[in-house]
Amino acid sequence: MASHTDHSTHIVPVSTYIFVFLALIVGTVVTWQVALIDLGRFNVIVALTIAVSKATLVILFFMHVKYSPRLTKLVVISGVFWLIILLSVTETDLLTRTWMGVPGR
Amino acid sequence: MDSHGTTVLRHHFENEEQQKEASSLGMWVFLLTEIMFFGGMFMAYLAYRQLYPDSFAAASSKLDVTLGAMNTVVLICSSLTMAMAVHSAALGKQKMIVFYLVATLFLGSVFLGIKTKEYHDKFVHHEVPGADFHPEDWPKNVDMSHASLYFGLYFGLTGLHASHMIIGAGMLLFLIVKAHRGAYTAEWHTPVEMFGLYWHFVDIVWIFLFPLLYLIDPHFGK
Repeated sequence: MASHTDHSTHIVPVSTYIFVFLALIVGTVVTWQVALIDLGRFNVIVALTIAVSKATLVILFFMHVKYSPRLTKLVVISGVFWLIILLSVTETDLLTRTWMGVPGR
Repeated sequence: MDSHGTTVLRHHFENEEQQKEASSLGMWVFLLTEIMFFGGMFMAYLAYRQLYPDSFAAASSKLDVTLGAMNTVVLICSSLTMAMAVHSAALGKQKMIVFYLVATLFLGSVFLGIKTKEYHDKFVHHEVPGADFHPEDWPKNVDMSHASLYFGLYFGLTGLHASHMIIGAGMLLFLIVKAHRGAYTAEWHTPVEMFGLYWHFVDIVWIFLFPLLYLIDPHFGK
């Protein structure tokens, strides 16, 4: 029995968790401090870039996706892909609505 | 699965590895539905923020950034203790599973406590959408009518997130009792692992909520 679990349970060293944890804390502090500097529209870009990086760290290491079978990886990527469809297709509508006049209005 | 930690291989699986991968896959499929669930609300937030950027920036500056940042740190700590609980389970350290699960529950409760304080402040300062909505010291050049939309989305998003935390706290209690009775071993601890995925997912939602809700434009009107 134990021989099976040796394959399916990847023991991640504690140091990896600590490293990811520290990176997440640093990311939070940087997000907070950068928001106090006025970068115009780049504020939101920086904040979201840091948030995506933090989420990626959590997914890869805390949620063990880095050590998961390919099928799990595919499911995770397809989920993110579908979210991007939701956001981008709605945005293409919202952002282009005013480009052309509406006949009759 | 009996209470002595031996694995029962269900007849429709080839081996334990496949059985465990099936659990993990099922959990991920559930989390995808959660991503789309929260995703719709994030989209609503983005759409209205684009339409009414000034009202959203002014309303966002009513939030307490320090409390929001504290909660982010608390939640990241709870993710670490949760990861350590799964780690202890994989090594078969039964006492440490209980310790880390209790730590996770404690940090989750701290998060909800801080959130309660924030909600309380919103009610006191008339910043809850409804008949009594009139934020104090509102900048004169900004339209107030769309600010309640922001607070509606704020309560919707953080409320949905908090309800996930409350459900998570209930499941944690269940896991703590089971772990204390020695139900989880190095060979079989799937519930701890699957709950870990859920808890980390809730953490990720907050990682996006913090900058989007609290830090829209701290320089607005200054």
